[in-house]
Parts: sequence; C-alpha cells; structure tokens
Amino acid sequence: MENELHIPTVAELLAKGESPDLLFWVGCAGSFDERAQRITKDICKILQHVGIKYAILGTEESCTGDPAKRAGNEFLFQMQAMMNIQVLDGYEIKKIVTACPHCFNTIKNEYPSLGGHYEVIHHTQLIQSLIDEGKLKPADGNEFKGKRITYHDPCYLGRANDVYEAPRKALEVLDADLVELKRCKSNGLCCGAGGAQMFKEPEKGNKDVNVERIEDVIESKASIVAAACPFCMTMLRDGVKVKDKEQEIQVLDIAEITVKANKI
Amino acid sequence: MIGQLIFGVLLIAGIILFYKNASKIYRNIRLGKSLDRSDRPSERLKVMLLVAFGQKKMFKKPIPAILHLFVYVGFCIINIEMLEIVIDGLFGTHRVLSFMGGFYDFLIFSFEILAFLVLMGCVVFAVRRNILKLKRLNQSELDNWPKTDANLILTAEILLMAAFLLMNAADYKLQQLGAAHYHAVGSFPISQYIASWLPDQVSTLIGIERGAWWFHIIGVLAFLNYLPISKHLHIILAFPNTYFSNLEPKGKFENMPSVTAEVQVMLDPSLPPPTGEPTRFGVKDVQDLTWKNLLDAYTCTECGRCTAACPANMTGKLLSPRKIMMDTRDRLTDVGLNIDKNGEFVDDGKSLLDTHISREEIWACTSCNACVEQCPVNINPLEIIIGLRQYAVMEESQAPASVNNMFSNLENNGAPWKYAQADRANWANQ
Repeated sequence: MENELHIPTVAELLAKGESPDLLFWVGCAGSFDERAQRITKDICKILQHVGIKYAILGTEESCTGDPAKRAGNEFLFQMQAMMNIQVLDGYEIKKIVTACPHCFNTIKNEYPSLGGHYEVIHHTQLIQSLIDEGKLKPADGNEFKGKRITYHDPCYLGRANDVYEAPRKALEVLDADLVELKRCKSNGLCCGAGGAQMFKEPEKGNKDVNVERIEDVIESKASIVAAACPFCMTMLRDGVKVKDKEQEIQVLDIAEITVKANKI
Repeated sequence: MIGQLIFGVLLIAGIILFYKNASKIYRNIRLGKSLDRSDRPSERLKVMLLVAFGQKKMFKKPIPAILHLFVYVGFCIINIEMLEIVIDGLFGTHRVLSFMGGFYDFLIFSFEILAFLVLMGCVVFAVRRNILKLKRLNQSELDNWPKTDANLILTAEILLMAAFLLMNAADYKLQQLGAAHYHAVGSFPISQYIASWLPDQVSTLIGIERGAWWFHIIGVLAFLNYLPISKHLHIILAFPNTYFSNLEPKGKFENMPSVTAEVQVMLDPSLPPPTGEPTRFGVKDVQDLTWKNLLDAYTCTECGRCTAACPANMTGKLLSPRKIMMDTRDRLTDVGLNIDKNGEFVDDGKSLLDTHISREEIWACTSCNACVEQCPVNINPLEIIIGLRQYAVMEESQAPASVNNMFSNLENNGAPWKYAQADRANWANQ
C-alpha cells in the first residue's frame, strides 16, 4: 500500500485546474519528526482510503506560530499567522484538518481575529465522522480486539477545546478492553510539552511531567496508550523509556490505530 | 432605648466602613486595562448560576464540596435571620417575625440545623487544614498571614454559629420558664439540648441570651469589615467573577491589537504606520493586567485546587498558580495604598514581575489550562503568566536561551527546529 500512496499538494492540484475539498495541515512535528511522520502518512492513507479529495501545502506550509505565542512572542506569532493566512486565502481554502492539537487550536481560535476564517477539525474528529458515516469500520479480528487500551487527552484538544469524545469513539469501535486513566478528560494531566516546554529544558524540580504522567498509564495496566498529539507522543514515549517499559507499553496515535484496525 | 441607639450606631458605622473599603477595592480593580465582557448576558447569567450559585465546579472534589455546601447554604439562609436581628435591634422588639406562626417555627428549625452543619463543616475544615495537614492547604505560599487568615475565618464562623445556638438555647429555656418578654415561639432542634446545660436563673439566662445576641450581631459586622482584607472576599466576588467569565474556548489566547497593527505594516509597507503612544507589551506590573485579572485576584480564596492540578507544581517546580493570584492581589493592595498616600501612583521601584513573581515561575508553565479548569470560581492564572512572558520576551528579550533558539528557527525556517523550509515535504516522497 505504501508505494501507492500519493500525497498531492494544493499547488499541484491547482496546476490541473482543481482544488482540494479538504486541506491537510501537517504541522512541524508531522513534517520533520520521524515518529510523527508515520502518523502523518497514516492520516494520508485514511484520507485516500475514503476518497476525500485532499491536499497538503507542502513547502508552502509554515509553523502556525503556536510555540511563539505561548512563549510570549506575539510579534513572531502574528507574523507567522498572517503569512499563513495569505497562503491559505490565496488558495481559497475553506476546510482544514490538522494532525496536531496545537495547530488545530491556533488556526481554529486565533486566526479568525487576524482575518483567517476556516472550518478546522482535528484528525480524531475526522475519524469519528468517518466512523459515523460508516466509511471506516475495523476489520473483523483486528489486532486490537481484547487489548487493554487507554487514552491520554492532549490539553489543546481536551481542556482547550472540549474535544473529549471523538478520539474515544475511534477506540470504542475496536472491541478492545478500554480503560480510562485516573486523571482523564477535563482533569487530564499534561504530558509536559505544552507552552513551548517542548523546546526547552524543564525548570528545576523533583520529577519530569511526562514521568508523572506515564505512572498513570502504568497504573492503568494498559498495553497501549493512545495519543492524538505529536508532542504528547514524544513525551509519552520518553516516559515509557525512562520507566523501562518499552516491552509492555506501546504509544500509538489514534490515526495509526485506525489504519491498523481497518487494515488500510 | 440606649441599646437600640448603640445598635443603630454600630450598624451604620459597620456599613459605612464596609462601603469605604469596598469602594477602594472597586477603584483598584479599575486600575486594570479595559476589556469588554458585556456580551452574551444570558449565557453569563447561566454560568454564574451554575458555577457560583450552584457550586458546580466544587463537586470535582466531593468531600470538601459537601462540607462547603453546608457552610454556603447555611451562610445564605441564616442571613435571613439577620433581617430579624436588625429589626429587633433597631426597634427593641423580640423575635419580630414570629407573627408568621408555623412558618416561623419552620424557619428557626432550619436555621438551627444549618447553623449546626456550618459549625460541623468549619470544624472539619479546621481539622483538614491544621491536623490532617492536607498538602494543598499547607504549601509554602500559605506561610504566615494566609494560614492565619484561614484560621481566623474558621474561628469566626464557629464562634458566630455557637453564639447563635447559645442565644436560641437561652431563649428556649426562658420560654420554658415563662419569663416575661420571651413568648413561646420557634422550634429548637439543636439548642434545646444546649439549654439543659444552662443555669435556671432568669436573670442569668437573659444575660446569656442578650450577650450572645450582641456577640452575634457585632461579630457579623466585624466579619463584614474583615472581608476586604481577607481571602474570604470570595463570598461576594464569586458572583461577579463568574458572570464575567471567559466564554471562549480555553485554548484561545487573545491576539494583541497593538501588535497586529505593527505586523500589518511590516508585511505591507504601503500601509500607514500605526499612530498613537507606543504601549507596553505584556505585563510587568498589575496596571498592565486587565480588570478581570484583578477581579480574579480579589476573588481568589486560596483553596489551591489550581496548584494541586498544576503539572509543574506537582513535579516540584517553583510555579504555583495560586501564588500567582496571591502575588497579584498583594501587589495590587500595595499599589492601592501607594495611591491613597500620594494621590496617584508613584513609582516605588517594585513590580509584579521580579518583586513578587520570578522568571523561574513563569517559564515552568505548560499552558495546559488545568488551573483554569479546576478553579471553582473561574479564575484564570494562565493569562497572567502569559502576560508576564510577553513582557519578558517583547520588552526585554529575556527568554531562556533554548526558547530564543526556537524563536530564531521559527523566524528563519518556519519551524521550531533547525530544518530547512524546503525540506518540509520530504516525508511525502520517502
């Protein structure tokens, strides 16, 4: 399947006189981080599988500005935002799906007052609606059946935007043994990466936040922890490594689980 | 007659003093920057009814929520009794509302039950705070005055309720003894048990009844005037503070309009440059915050749910969202006193950032919104933290080195890491 995957850019479609129905905003992590690139490709596989006419911006995409804004650099944020809005509006983009809750939050909530108005969804919401429409259906005897799976709420999807059900929906259809972490949904615990922490050393303390979080996962006795954010993915995997649990606990994105379960 | 006069003077003095203190707090809140929170009134009313009146968010922690509900409902309902106390005090009547007959008995009955529940609630609160030493009620930012403040409030409430019950007990016994002036009214499910411990002489009983009555009313007036210097101010401000809640998604941070104007010119040099006084970017001192941030600070009752949920704090970092709110209030109080003394604010060489809140604190935040989510009265410490970061970055260029690296990567490559923009879509062809 992998070699059949063709990922169109908006520019490429435009050259053919076409435009995408849905723009896939990949995000910096999804573009450059090796682990996140696999999730990016899985989202493309899902889009291709269900026949949505989508495209990416390719090299015309740039950071949404989220880490700059959370770190207090409003200038840099607004520069990024306005440049991105120019590109998006130039292509008359109406609907966007993002792989990263930070991109999702920024484009959805912070671009409108700068002139960028789009319908923005996160990939877990796309997966939920595809399940609801019957376009995605886990294969019989999928590999997750009966497995103990838990889900880590990313702050910028959960608390920041009240998206709690969509990712859970993608897990509910697996016929797996689902378990909630002791701190979940609106009480979920951060992975430690938000607010530009991803790009700096933590302040002095007695523990790393991702270790605190992975202890919740260990306590849940789940063999798979589902994530929906590339930064959470990095932090949770680091936590698993620190605790030497790589044999027992797998960290997978909702998109990866969906692709595997649907045997796409 | 002399009693009525003293009562009248005390009542008026108490109210005037409270008005004076309250107007200072109002003035201090208005030192903040403007912010429009007048939209969507019906939605705001709903939030206020659910969160403040209905205590919705308290129930994230059921045990303290139930105890707090006793104290809260008790406090509100027993205040109806205050109405009778004021009338009796001013006109020299005794239990003036007793003409309501059976309904009055029911009222007194429920006041007694509630007073007992308030008393028990406060005792359990004091035990949790001082004997069980719950972590969130004993963290370092509560050392000295905040702990004293908390215990003073609990003591005052216990004493007020005890006085109320003692007054009823003496009254009940006087009614039993058929003392003049004490006609048989009310229903005393709690104080009838206390009555059996009281002496039998009518004059002593009247002394106890009057003493408790005066203690109760003077206590209430004193407590009213203690509120403005105490964290207990939340009993009033919780209502406006939830009414003026942020109704937008928590992840949405406001875009600074002053920056928008400048960025537009940078991207399109044909536009006219922004006019007007250059404003300070971000927050250095309390005057740079919005009035809602300042109202938040006065509303905070230091319960520490925010700090208990903060990922930075629970992993031993210096940051505590509760301390952010306490520091903001402390600094605002200082600024207010400065204005009282000098007529206008005179630079005192201090500021919210650095004098009160350190850089180490603001850079430990993950902006996860857990503190905002947990606050039972919709206070937002995160907005203040981000404002302080904005000042450090935009006015002083004082960010941690690694954050500065991230900024320059973003500026040069459109990504927070050192990868070339041209390589952005390489993954698609691998």
